[in-house]
Amino acid sequence: MTGVEIVPTDRALALIGGEPNDANLRRYLQGIPGVDAVGLQQRAAGLGTRSIKTTSKVWALDRTIGLIDLTTLEGADTPGKVRSLVAKAVTPDPADLSCPRVAAVCVYGDMVGHAVQALGASHGDPEAGGIAVAAVATAFPSGRSSRSIKLEDTADAVAAGADEIDMVIDRGAFLAGRFGAVYDEIVAVKEACRRPDGTYAHLKVILETGELNTYDNVRRASWLAILAGGDFIKTSTGKVSPAATLPVTLLMLEVVRDWHRISGHRVGVKPAGGIRTSKDAIKYLVTVAETTGEEWLTPHLFRFGASSLLNDVLLQRQKVATGHYSGPDYVTID
Amino acid sequence: MTFLDYAPAPESQSVLNLRNEYGLFIGGEFRAGSGTPFASINPATEKHIATIAHANEADVDAAVAAARKAYEKTWSRLSGSDRGKYLFRIARLVQERARELAVAESLDNGKPIKESRDVDVPLVAAWFFYYAGWADKLDHVGLGAAPAPLGVAAQVIPWNFPLLMLAWKIAPALAAGNTVVLKPAETTSLTALLFAEIVQQADLPPGVVNIVTGAGDSGKPLVGHPDADIVAFTGSTPVGRAIARQTAGTRKRVILELGGKAANIVFDDAPIDQAIEGIVNGIFFNQGHVCCAGSRLLVQESVHDEVVDRLKARLSTLRLGDPLDKNTDIGAINSASQLERIRTLSDVGEAEGAERWTAPCEIPANGFWFAPTIFTNVSTSHRIAREEIFGPVLSVLTFRTPAEAIAKANNTPYGLSAGIWTDKGSRILAVADQLRAGVIWANTFNRFDPSSPFGGYKESGYGREGGRHGIAAYLRTSTSTNGATK
Amino acid sequence: MSRLAVPKTYKLYIGGAFPRSESGRTYEVASSKGAFLANAAKASRKDARDAVVAARAAVGGWSGATAYNRGQVLYRIAELLEGRREQFVAEIVDAEGVSAGKATAQVDAAIDRWVWYAGWADKYAQVSGNANPVSGPYFNISVPEPTGVVAIVAPQDSSLLGLVSVVAPALVAGNTVVVVASERLPLSAISLSEVLATSDVPKGVVNVLTGSPAEIAPWLASHADVNGLDLTGAGDLDWVDLQVAAAETLKRVLAPQDVDQSLGRITAFTETKTVWHTKGLI
Repeated sequence: MTGVEIVPTDRALALIGGEPNDANLRRYLQGIPGVDAVGLQQRAAGLGTRSIKTTSKVWALDRTIGLIDLTTLEGADTPGKVRSLVAKAVTPDPADLSCPRVAAVCVYGDMVGHAVQALGASHGDPEAGGIAVAAVATAFPSGRSSRSIKLEDTADAVAAGADEIDMVIDRGAFLAGRFGAVYDEIVAVKEACRRPDGTYAHLKVILETGELNTYDNVRRASWLAILAGGDFIKTSTGKVSPAATLPVTLLMLEVVRDWHRISGHRVGVKPAGGIRTSKDAIKYLVTVAETTGEEWLTPHLFRFGASSLLNDVLLQRQKVATGHYSGPDYVTID
Repeated sequence: MTFLDYAPAPESQSVLNLRNEYGLFIGGEFRAGSGTPFASINPATEKHIATIAHANEADVDAAVAAARKAYEKTWSRLSGSDRGKYLFRIARLVQERARELAVAESLDNGKPIKESRDVDVPLVAAWFFYYAGWADKLDHVGLGAAPAPLGVAAQVIPWNFPLLMLAWKIAPALAAGNTVVLKPAETTSLTALLFAEIVQQADLPPGVVNIVTGAGDSGKPLVGHPDADIVAFTGSTPVGRAIARQTAGTRKRVILELGGKAANIVFDDAPIDQAIEGIVNGIFFNQGHVCCAGSRLLVQESVHDEVVDRLKARLSTLRLGDPLDKNTDIGAINSASQLERIRTLSDVGEAEGAERWTAPCEIPANGFWFAPTIFTNVSTSHRIAREEIFGPVLSVLTFRTPAEAIAKANNTPYGLSAGIWTDKGSRILAVADQLRAGVIWANTFNRFDPSSPFGGYKESGYGREGGRHGIAAYLRTSTSTNGATK
Repeated sequence: MSRLAVPKTYKLYIGGAFPRSESGRTYEVASSKGAFLANAAKASRKDARDAVVAARAAVGGWSGATAYNRGQVLYRIAELLEGRREQFVAEIVDAEGVSAGKATAQVDAAIDRWVWYAGWADKYAQVSGNANPVSGPYFNISVPEPTGVVAIVAPQDSSLLGLVSVVAPALVAGNTVVVVASERLPLSAISLSEVLATSDVPKGVVNVLTGSPAEIAPWLASHADVNGLDLTGAGDLDWVDLQVAAAETLKRVLAPQDVDQSLGRITAFTETKTVWHTKGLI
């Protein structure tokens, strides 16, 4: 997936009302209505009670697989581990070749080349049946490094063939109120996503909502990331608890919906970490469908950052197909 | 079919084991009524559910006599802790039979199963648990040592929360040591009769709880019965007024929970997405068949358009249909006559110049349905801004300043509830102080809890249900001889 | 030669002023022995209406005052009553035909009752309110508030103590009052009005009508801008009809009864307001 245009900067600047410096951004972001935590959590819980059965469930299970960024982000990752992950991404259920493929594999920057190689002809835009390669960058997961290292980290991954870059924001700067620094960094990383041919790798901006702590912060950081040109806003690195939660994802979807309403521009959302069961995944699909609309349930606009989720969905698929419960020996470990 | 159409997910009715006919529950046994039995129908399909006995004056006499006998012979002589244990039993039995009760409620009332399952029935159990614990602690309700029960309670409840209103009435009355005769609304008798079975399973002494079914002609002799010491009624203000007249001079204790026309006030700094949810929950919960519904939306002018736009978008996602489908948000209107009233008042709203918008949704062929509706450009003088519609119809008005919001909110003979939405804590407290309403929800709406007193100002009635106040309402001080009106 | 006394003209007390009845009517008040004491104003339905208007106008200020302030203002009345003890004793001896000792006991009891109620102003909400432990992330509190305008038929057989016993508790919570005094024993009520007029009680908070309760009470019972009806002294009237009239706007009604000194008298004309507020840390 390439060539998606940068958010029209002019519109963002008009909204902010001047240069994207600390003062202007603070005025804009703090002027956004607050979030009532209790109400948000209740709405999320209400969406979580939807009962998805029969044909809707079959659709939801397959769609969940097609929205997964199958992820390995371990210090112990090796080319072999990545090849194994890619094999799983390409053929999630060897016993059922009708099973859809995942959207992307998500790896550390130095593993991008191995992933691209392993994917071979399967590498491509998930909207067109391919599997994309996503790389975490910018001194993931803490982001505590110099700007130049972060940009180089990003450029390296893009050069190695990454289609998508999952960057982390500088949470320290955000919590200290240095919104301008966070904004500038996103803009700079986006620029580092530029390929020689002028196209851009897709930029997912990880807010690390578990560190931002409050819903008001999540909402402000979501706006900040969108205004700075992020193509996706992503909840978490998966290395901090809590990772993705339904209320946080709902809140981010509401921002995306509001941004679309005023700009006509669609930004994606990626909850990552902690989504392990089909039941949970379906709650997210419901939340997307009832917040931004069903059109968001495509790989360009919604992803799950997950690893163990895939096998649970496969078990559920087998149950639906055969009518009896399956077991862990009937799905592959990746 | 799209994903959002969600395949049907109906709750199974197999848990229900209904009889074809239900009698009156008097003195611990079911018996035939002396009036002509009537049918209870499913408002979503207009299909017959069961035939219900009709209590005439003699039946009411018998029920009150049974309650009096139980009061004198057993219930008032039991220790508080034993009364409490009976109520704890009931609470547990309600939990055990929760699914069955929820299905029966949705079948008979038309409310979505997700509400009967997640709101009504859990609250019923909670109400009995809460008041069970009060039964042996009456010295602490604030009426001095050893407060006394009043005797026999005549209780008449509405059709909007049939089993929950039963719990609100019966739990505190029994905990205080009174016995009861309760009449459910004629369109929603079913769960009260299932509750009678629970009373049997709990082995409550005969006559402590009596259920008489029927319409207003069964309720009137009950309310006016000379041997009833307490009259507790939830329902419309006109009927409440008639009861206040009927009981004048009798020195009966009277508790009235009547109508409302609650203002839901949205300030420009409100947490907007939660406010939208709160507005939706405020007026479309239970099809708007809620006395405390936030039926008058007061929006600060500067955010009016945004709020209305977002509201319309949100309402477009509401799912109207089969009450037993777990994904249904808006169920059936309870009766043909209520549907007629909603239609009439909505037509009046349009005729008076308000702008009508109806959520796009498919209306089933049979049953009683009304799509979620919003009126904008409503003035305070419009009938839809003053009269209780008791349906899924929201009137939107605007204000410019907090003072204007308060003045408009209070400009009604009702005073049951109100909502306030703002991020500013000090404003919430100040506005809450000045609203003339018995329940104020700040940044939330339509929350209920057995420990939280509920009841109105002005023509929304008197007395409180819930909390310490709710049990004090069923007691007198050890020295007083009659129940003051409060 | 003894000095010729200067008798007082007894008028109504409405909105802080002492008007004659708009009807121009008076009635003769006699001592227990039948001697002429005064011509009291005989209030009309229009006087009652004016009194309700005055009382309504005063609700905001009086109920909005701090409880501490209301308590002090009420206590001040007791101080002023104390200074006029002898005047009230003499009035009661004349009107009720009781001994000076008995009259003194009544005045002292009335003063002490004011003091008792004054002290409740900043406490009753603590006793009759509640923090409610609801099952959910909510701050939830129930507080009593005044119901608004309370119309009272004062006990008919007592000059001062009966009157004080019904007026003081209604004021404690912040209600304003329209009271119909004892028909036979109205003079102490007007003297009490003079105390109120020179105290810190804002105008309109207490309005005193003299005349025929049977004539005036129905207008108050049916008045849509009256929130509460205290029929404590209406036992000899057709009080059931008054309660029926009050049902029209669902007024809070106290049926005829003996007077006592109780918290219940305060809470009888209060409304419990429960406020829910979400609690969210993040």
